[in-house]
Amino acid sequence: MIPASFDYARPDSVETALAALAAGGEDAKVLAGGQSLVPLLRLRLAYPSVLVDLGGVSELRGVRDDGDALVIGAMTTHYEVMTNALVREHAGLLAEATGTVADPAVRHRGTFGGSLAHGDPAGDLPAVALAYGAQMVIAGSGGRRTVEAADFFVDYLQTAVGPDEVLVEVRVPKLGAGWGHHYEKFHRTAQAWALVGVAALVRRSNGSIAEARVGLTNMGTTPLRASAAEAALAGVDASAAAVASAADHAADGTSPSSDLHAQSDYREHLARVLTRRAVASAAGL
Amino acid sequence: MSTVPISVTVDGQRYESDVEPRQLLVHHLRDGLGRVGTPIGCDTSNCGACTVLLDGKSVKSCAVLAVQTDGRSVTTVQGLANGTWHPVQQAFHAEHGLQCGYCTPGMMLAAVDLLTENPNPTEAEIRDGLEGNLCRCTGYQNIVKAVQAAAVAMQAEGAAR
Ligand SMILES: Cc1cc2nc3c(=O)[nH]c(=O)nc-3n(C[C@H](O)[C@H](O)[C@H](O)COP(=O)(O)OP(=O)(O)OC[C@H]3O[C@@H](n4cnc5c(N)ncnc54)[C@H](O)[C@@H]3O)c2cc1C
Ligand code: FES
Ligand code: FES
Repeated sequence: MIPASFDYARPDSVETALAALAAGGEDAKVLAGGQSLVPLLRLRLAYPSVLVDLGGVSELRGVRDDGDALVIGAMTTHYEVMTNALVREHAGLLAEATGTVADPAVRHRGTFGGSLAHGDPAGDLPAVALAYGAQMVIAGSGGRRTVEAADFFVDYLQTAVGPDEVLVEVRVPKLGAGWGHHYEKFHRTAQAWALVGVAALVRRSNGSIAEARVGLTNMGTTPLRASAAEAALAGVDASAAAVASAADHAADGTSPSSDLHAQSDYREHLARVLTRRAVASAAGL
Repeated sequence: MSTVPISVTVDGQRYESDVEPRQLLVHHLRDGLGRVGTPIGCDTSNCGACTVLLDGKSVKSCAVLAVQTDGRSVTTVQGLANGTWHPVQQAFHAEHGLQCGYCTPGMMLAAVDLLTENPNPTEAEIRDGLEGNLCRCTGYQNIVKAVQAAAVAMQAEGAAR
């Protein structure tokens, strides 16, 4: 279908983008890579009055090394993230998970910031940001503020980014040596969207698991940490049996949705199985 | 109805146009510029039939607004041949990489992008690289064979130069 009419602004800085959003009023919307928004426009599920295209704001693009963290501009594309040398070195889980997002053509357009700001619980990168404990920098008329990943994802398609705000960049802490990672997802063949996905970061020391962080994709209206499984993993022997019994707690406290492709109890089953695989792989087992 | 002036190079030719912001790139190519080699296969940006190259990189032209391509360069299937067919076109022909042909323009442009990135892909890498392009006819076997043949041909061509 052809989208409904809207006006178009193409600012070249964050400040002019914020001004364009303010001038556009309630129904103004940011356009990033368009890989979620343009299909919604085509299906006439979104009716913005004006689209503020961030494609011309060059300061929002790229990855920089900030000592103990990488700073990734919101408009950095999935393709740029997964091929970036700094990301591959210091945020391997993010590079790996980004490589499973959609397909090459979508990854050439879709952006890291767009995936987070969209707040789709089936998106792969929110759970990764949560596992890293990433920080989101949001700009608004009152200046910039930093929001922890744990507070960023509010509800289904709802994040801490207000309608007149712009997600500017994301700080991903460097975890340093000793950490392994793996992203494991289960999806239908024709579509890369996760039925369930599990993002695991594991630090081993002296034959045991010192710390594990497990992010869950599509196990609720927001990404979640599998806290019970994380607690059960802390300090256990790095063995397949210990990981399997901790992973049995991966769905504790979740209430995933049921849809055409998976009932909620099947999603819970997937969370346990995928957590076992993701943690075992991240622990080098 | 307000329009925005854009200047886009399509298959080597520059076009100055006034487009509505809501116009999708694929509609601009087909209805605005009469370049109907790029088909539309779905309403959800899933099928990949509309794949073109934007500054050399594959994109789904139904998920890009025409205004977003101002100042940039688009290659469609109609720009692949250069006097003779592109090696990817020759290989799809020789290996019977199509049946109805609906997915073929997008499939070939995704293959060009894949081979630019990775000139010597494994079978698994080919299937992965074409994951955004759906074919309802072939079962993909001959498409994979065509891309393998094109890879060999393009490497030989590169070596001969
Ligand atoms: C066929 C297909 C398959 C896909 N498969 C997957 C998949 O397997 N896994 C996955 O994770 N994703 C998948 N996606 C979605 C893809 O990752 C998108 O890139 C992503 O969801 C949105 O990013 P975008 O840059 O395209 O944002 P847009 O579509 O431009 O924007 C999305 C929303 O976020 C808002 N927004 C974007 N950027 C900002 C910002 N900087 N500040 C404030 N608001 C902002 C917009 O206003 C809009 O509401 C798929 C998409 C398609 C078309
Ligand atoms: S027409 Fe199906 S992806 Fe564009
Ligand atoms: S040849 Fe018919 S869809 Fe691919």
